[in-house]
Amino acid sequence: MTKSNLTRRGLIKTGAATGAALATPTIFTGAAWAQEQGFTNAPTGDTVTLGFNVPQTGPYADEGADELRAFELAVEHLNGDGSGGMLQTFSSNALEGSGILGKRVEYVTGDTQTKSDAARASARSMIEKDGAVMISGGSSSGVAVAVQGLCQEAGVIFMAGLTHSNDTTGKDRKANGFRHFFNAYQSAAALGPVLESLYGTDRKAYHLTADYTWGWTTQESMQATTEAMGWETVNNVLTPLAATDFSSYITPVLQSGADVLFLNHYGGNMVNSLTNAVQFGLKEAQANGKDFQIIVPLYSELMARGAGENIAGIPGSQNWDWKLENQLGDRYKGTNAFVQSFGEKYGFPPSQAAHTCYAQTMLYADAVQRAGSFNPCAVVEALEDFEFDGLGNGPTLYRAADHQCFKDVVVVRGKENPENEFDLVEIVEATPTEQVTYDPDHPMFAGGDLGECNPGA
Amino acid sequence: MEAIFLQILNGLDKGSAYALIALGLTLIFGTLGVVNFAHGALFMIGAFCAVTLQRIFNASFTTIDESRTDFLGNPMQVQTPYVEAWFGPEIGASIIDWSVPLAILLAIPVMLLVGFIMERGLIKHFYKRPHADQILVTFGLAIVLQEVIKYFYGANPIPTPAPDVFRGSMDFGVLLGFDPNVVIYPIWRLVYFIFSLSIIAAVFGFLQFTTFGMVVRAGMADRETVGILGIDIDKRFTIMFGIAAAVAGLAGVMYTPINPPNYHMGMDFLVLSFVVVVVGGMGSLPGAVLAGFLLGILESFASTTWAIGLVPGINQIIIYLVAIVVLLTRPRGLMGRKGVMEE
Repeated sequence: MTKSNLTRRGLIKTGAATGAALATPTIFTGAAWAQEQGFTNAPTGDTVTLGFNVPQTGPYADEGADELRAFELAVEHLNGDGSGGMLQTFSSNALEGSGILGKRVEYVTGDTQTKSDAARASARSMIEKDGAVMISGGSSSGVAVAVQGLCQEAGVIFMAGLTHSNDTTGKDRKANGFRHFFNAYQSAAALGPVLESLYGTDRKAYHLTADYTWGWTTQESMQATTEAMGWETVNNVLTPLAATDFSSYITPVLQSGADVLFLNHYGGNMVNSLTNAVQFGLKEAQANGKDFQIIVPLYSELMARGAGENIAGIPGSQNWDWKLENQLGDRYKGTNAFVQSFGEKYGFPPSQAAHTCYAQTMLYADAVQRAGSFNPCAVVEALEDFEFDGLGNGPTLYRAADHQCFKDVVVVRGKENPENEFDLVEIVEATPTEQVTYDPDHPMFAGGDLGECNPGA
Repeated sequence: MEAIFLQILNGLDKGSAYALIALGLTLIFGTLGVVNFAHGALFMIGAFCAVTLQRIFNASFTTIDESRTDFLGNPMQVQTPYVEAWFGPEIGASIIDWSVPLAILLAIPVMLLVGFIMERGLIKHFYKRPHADQILVTFGLAIVLQEVIKYFYGANPIPTPAPDVFRGSMDFGVLLGFDPNVVIYPIWRLVYFIFSLSIIAAVFGFLQFTTFGMVVRAGMADRETVGILGIDIDKRFTIMFGIAAAVAGLAGVMYTPINPPNYHMGMDFLVLSFVVVVVGGMGSLPGAVLAGFLLGILESFASTTWAIGLVPGINQIIIYLVAIVVLLTRPRGLMGRKGVMEE
């Protein structure tokens, strides 16, 4: 026996809608059609293409691989395959697992090589040849700033991956660019009180800083925060990005009168500088009658893995951690759903780089769905001042003034006795959003202008 | 004074790696006349011999611990290394702990073999080709080798610690009459320096005091005459290529506790090592060693706060600056011989 879904009420509604559509002057439908065509890479078929631009070669290739896994998982969930992941917990219910605006999601990938010019070339290729309507990914602020600029010019949306420099949503912010990941200022604002409670207010800090945009803004943020709580900055030494051995930078530290060393390094730089600092006995050293301390403002799970046992006890900050929901409760809902999906598919927990890329893909898809259009300007409007929850970070705001996400920041420490290679950090606290929020015209973010959204063609 | 002494130690330590790589480069250039841009890759392969042995020792079997759960809520899989099961937890843990020094035993045959295959399989076809061709093919080979390593081991650095007894630092200054706690130096870096001196001494001793070495030196000076005397000099030079590869490999093995190895580490050293060879004098073995240590020390001093304060950025250019000055004043390098690369 079959059952018809046709009801009298449904028939009247359908009839009315059809009649209204037929009666609508063509100028309106024509305008809508033009709007859907009047931007770069407007999807015309039954699919839409997203471009994932990650480091597939070079020093951050492992991080890039984890980002690609997350993108692949996000696309799977958007298309209604797999377990659904954070679609089940996302506070916005616009996405239904049927693609984006009914179009099946496809993707192309590019290799940034962690070089700005290579990243721009691969993004350009994905936009011009593959018809990507959105670009996401990256594991370097230099790359993110460069690709964001390109996307602004090309008229596509850029959903930044792992980029932590203040400049990405500060002096280099762009209307077409959005960042879910936190930034150097927020790291410092979250770490400050924790450092004060751990090490007191009378400390002398020495900074070793990677000589590029991320290093500069991280050092500036940490110095401002620690000096505000009474610490003195003894020195800041810029180290070349290509440096591999940091012994000659480490040896002057103990003779400088400092009792804290900040390693404003990322990736291989951080692994080597921390290893060298531990080799030179800084972890066990005494200075000014206190135990010497090493601090790494930002580190990832992969970096912790590279540093091995040297990371034990070292404080730092993260955008997200896979243990958040289990340890800090329902506020971080979405975390377990994502970890479950990711873990079942790949066999290990996701990194924070993977998480931010997954979240960015979902946020983009949701914005398009809510806007009812792939037009970048409609997406910008939908994302600006968008408040959401259920993506693992707790309640979050995508601020309109600078396109930066505001959410809790996770303060972590290297675990003393990890059980396995995925258990290298322990959560110290999740710093509430209010504590890491700043004005859009804060001096560390000044000089930038979002400008107008660019729909391109 | 202590600060100067520390920087000299740092320089000698850095210079050890430069000197060992440059020594191998010079051996190959001096014997076979080949400019080997894949030499950094040999250093990297040596380092990954240590990583491989560490992995072999850590090869584990899995048991299920029902009392604990993993991150997905499934019963925890506990890994136990076979060596701990076979030899007991203490001896097993000691074997794993000594992975790096033990890797020397693995690296010597592996590197000799890699060197032999590289020379016979590829480089011998380029002996009569211009140096530009040799540079291109060996550079290409270096890229292939590092991508192969990346495929199997990933791009992330892999921690490869020294044995427990050599970890941490010692008050080296006290031994030399300094006040306590002013010249603290990592034990393994001192080990590396002593190891490098031993290898350098062994290579020079081999060339100086053995018949094989004498023939090789004669071949380096006048290949044709040695050939006319009925000596198969090509075979000896092939063996020298293997020895040069082993020297680079051993330098890589012992370097792993200093900085966790990654696939790119060879390239990081390659350019600097070539500058070392050029400054020391193309084809001069003592020149390569001298320049290695000299440039290591200069680089260390250029990285100090006062040097950077005096000339910002000096830490990034010092080696190239010295190379320019040396080449302007002594075009053949510090100890270069007449006629090398001057045809």
